[in-house]
Amino acid sequence: MKKLRIKQHTRTDFLTYLGVIILFVVMNVLKSNGSLSRSLTGQLVPICCYMSMAVSLNLTVGILGELSLGHAGFMSVGAFSGIVAAMSLQNIIPAAPLRLAVAMVIGAAAAAIAGAIVGTPVLRLRGDYLAIVTLAFGEIIKDLVNCLLVGYDAKGLHMAFNLTGSKTIDDLGMKEGGIAIIKGAQGATGTTTIASFTAGFILVMVTLFVVLNLKHSRAGRAIMALRDNAIAAESVGINITKYKMMAFVTSAALAGAAGALYGLNFSSLQATKFNFNTSILILVFVVLGGLGNLWGSLIAAAALTVLPELLRAFSDYRMLVYAIVLILVMLATNNPTLKTFFSRFKLHKPTGKEAV
Amino acid sequence: MFPKLVPMPSPNLLTERDADKTPILECINLGINFGGLAAVENFNMAIGRTEITGLIGPNGAGKTTVFNLLTKVYQPTKGTILLDGNDTHNMTTAQVNRAGIARTFQNIRLFNDLTVEENVTVAMNAHMRYNMWTGIFRLPAFWKEERVAHERALELLSIFNMADLADTKAGSLPYGAQRRLEIVRALATNPSLLLLDEPAAGMNPSETAELMENIRKIRDTFQIAILLIEHDMNLVMNICEGIAVLNFGRIIAKGTPEDIQSNPAVIEAYLGKQKEA
Amino acid sequence: MEFLSYLISGISLGSVYAIIALGYTMVYGIAKMLNFAHGDVIMVGGYISFCAISYLGLPGWLALILAMVVCTVLGIVIEGLAYKPLRSAPSLAVLITAIGVSYFLQNTALLIWKAAPKVYPSLIPTTNAQGESNALQLFGGQLSISYISLLTMASCIVIMIALTLFTSKTKMGKAMRACSEDKGAAQLMGINVNATISTTFAIGSALAAIAGVLLCSSYPTLQPTTGSMPGIKAFTAAVFGGIGSIPGAFLGGLLLGVIEAMAKAYISTNLANTIVFAVLIIVLLVKPAGLLGKYVPEKV
Repeated sequence: MKKLRIKQHTRTDFLTYLGVIILFVVMNVLKSNGSLSRSLTGQLVPICCYMSMAVSLNLTVGILGELSLGHAGFMSVGAFSGIVAAMSLQNIIPAAPLRLAVAMVIGAAAAAIAGAIVGTPVLRLRGDYLAIVTLAFGEIIKDLVNCLLVGYDAKGLHMAFNLTGSKTIDDLGMKEGGIAIIKGAQGATGTTTIASFTAGFILVMVTLFVVLNLKHSRAGRAIMALRDNAIAAESVGINITKYKMMAFVTSAALAGAAGALYGLNFSSLQATKFNFNTSILILVFVVLGGLGNLWGSLIAAAALTVLPELLRAFSDYRMLVYAIVLILVMLATNNPTLKTFFSRFKLHKPTGKEAV
Repeated sequence: MFPKLVPMPSPNLLTERDADKTPILECINLGINFGGLAAVENFNMAIGRTEITGLIGPNGAGKTTVFNLLTKVYQPTKGTILLDGNDTHNMTTAQVNRAGIARTFQNIRLFNDLTVEENVTVAMNAHMRYNMWTGIFRLPAFWKEERVAHERALELLSIFNMADLADTKAGSLPYGAQRRLEIVRALATNPSLLLLDEPAAGMNPSETAELMENIRKIRDTFQIAILLIEHDMNLVMNICEGIAVLNFGRIIAKGTPEDIQSNPAVIEAYLGKQKEA
Repeated sequence: MEFLSYLISGISLGSVYAIIALGYTMVYGIAKMLNFAHGDVIMVGGYISFCAISYLGLPGWLALILAMVVCTVLGIVIEGLAYKPLRSAPSLAVLITAIGVSYFLQNTALLIWKAAPKVYPSLIPTTNAQGESNALQLFGGQLSISYISLLTMASCIVIMIALTLFTSKTKMGKAMRACSEDKGAAQLMGINVNATISTTFAIGSALAAIAGVLLCSSYPTLQPTTGSMPGIKAFTAAVFGGIGSIPGAFLGGLLLGVIEAMAKAYISTNLANTIVFAVLIIVLLVKPAGLLGKYVPEKV
């Protein structure tokens, strides 16, 4: 009989889940006895979305090893398709949590389709070329949503493309009682906000579950193998395109689910929210948290979303401080001289426990 | 006992194979041009199913290019490769591997951030059946196949006494161990033909002697054909049953080690033409 | 005639992209990094020249030189403080640092010059003192080309020729090409790699200053985010032409400008960027290393 082995990563994974659960419980307690500031309470759902975004981008950047500069594009697809789904299903599914779940699944599916469309050409390119094309796709998605008009009435969904900038929501020809969901550059307005912190918590847990289990399955091994050495991976029979697509589409789908939750947290949302800067912001979470290190992504996402809030006292200077912190952290963690300097103070290797 | 992961008996494991005298690999007029320059030309070779063959020649003769042609890293511009009688013309590198050719690399190409065990189990990917969702939801098939893969990986690693290194990162292994791991990884794909590109490079005489033993052991245990590129003539002459000598992309001699050692064309290629007195 | 005037405005815009892309491509070629802060150096160049003209009352050419000097120094300082310590670090770490530098420049500009857009006094005003249009009239006034467009196009061509001569004829230029091929080998041949990289950043930043002045002269609103989009577009242009290649950046910049102008004129203003990016994607699918880039397969 073989004895049960508990691998190092199993322990880290367990502690990561545990950390998220504890964080959720603590936040809920703080929220209920009113010790959270209003602005921080408002940040709870976005923080969950960003944590989930960071974990899903880590699948592309850390585990697959391809630089993506357009992850916010998939969030956008998920957000707007989720909003459309939730608004259209208002009468069919009156229960808000169920409607939210359905909207998130639809958001994930739409983003997965977008991921497959983007991935087909993109994944044939290498390195920085791939990065610029993902950037391009992110911008394209933003522009397309900016031209989109969507409404819903008794007859179903109405959709139009505002190419010249002259069309308005009235051109959809909706009946009395129809609702405008997406109004071109104005974005989605009048959305019923059904997102909740609990949903955010479940989203983070599901995202972690999917990414961690994928990573430690045969697919994950194949994905990491082709990251480490694509030629060797091919030489042991791994179909590069298949596994790249698998990682990329999964990553896009998870971003879509996060996007749907994000979209349903605000009554008004513009496509420009998901621009290049947002993609970069998520990338910063991933790099600061460590490539392939999921609990690192979670902490970085949470900390860097809260940091500007905490720096509110500095008001005008806060983004400047943020920039300086970012540069200094990158220098401290990557410069050989500074690295040896800091490692003297490090008593033990970081473990999952610090994720808590 | 090998391999546990193959659901159907692979043709290269049939017991009748030893009786089968057809070659596992046949190259017919194989050639490739790089920008008009013929890097390999008129390459003809047949390898028996349990034969150890050496491919030797001076630096730049095109030996690694032949490996790259066989594994479809380069697409041949001329000629045919028959693997077990099947033309590999339309296959990709990955498909050729699944059809039965595995290789190692001259400049080591391991998956450095994966553990030694993962380097081996990733090579069994094509023989595993559970899909992405089974993996994510950890259904029974996941546990079953992963356990078999784990056991087989340790079994393969033990050929080179590396089982205790299973949880080490491949990138942190010493050089010799990395070379050995590449061979184990190639074996894990369950090949019928193993290509070794300078397996003894950088090894000392005692390590080389051990490697020779292991190459023989691999052939005997797995009953597969091995084609190897090597500069260590002691190794080549000792373990190869047939040798082909390549110079300027062409085969200049073929035969048993004894034939090759006394072949004037080979001596000329290695030492240069003797000035006639 | 309408087509011609769109074409010319496209070439003019493309010339600005080309000048920025030249800086991008040189830095990429030698440091193998995507310098996301490059776009913000353009913005700094714009503000410096704006202050020189509006507050100090300097003539345009002197403002340009001042902007170039400030940006050159800025480029060297950024390289020395932020990028040099990361020479051996993974490229992603350098990329994030560059993004940090970009945020830093934008937010410093925001603190100094505030968010409200400034109206940039063009190097060559569009109308002269008599209120007549300051432009070259062709075909009996049917086609008018503003002098600033002509200046932009001319500068772009001059810069392109100068850079080509510089990299092929001078000692420093040759050192740059050597470093971009193989830093280790260049060092063994006695080339001071660090100095060469600093020089590249200096040249790239000076070009960004020129681009900033020209860009703001044609599109006279100046704010802390002015450099971002042109930066991204120029980056696209550099990739389009084949990143690391000087003629590639020139060609990529011009084509990008023309495509953008044509898309705006004939298809859709809203989707002009989409069309530009879509063309980029198609080009990369056909030529994975850009129009003039060389695709080097990995040696096995």
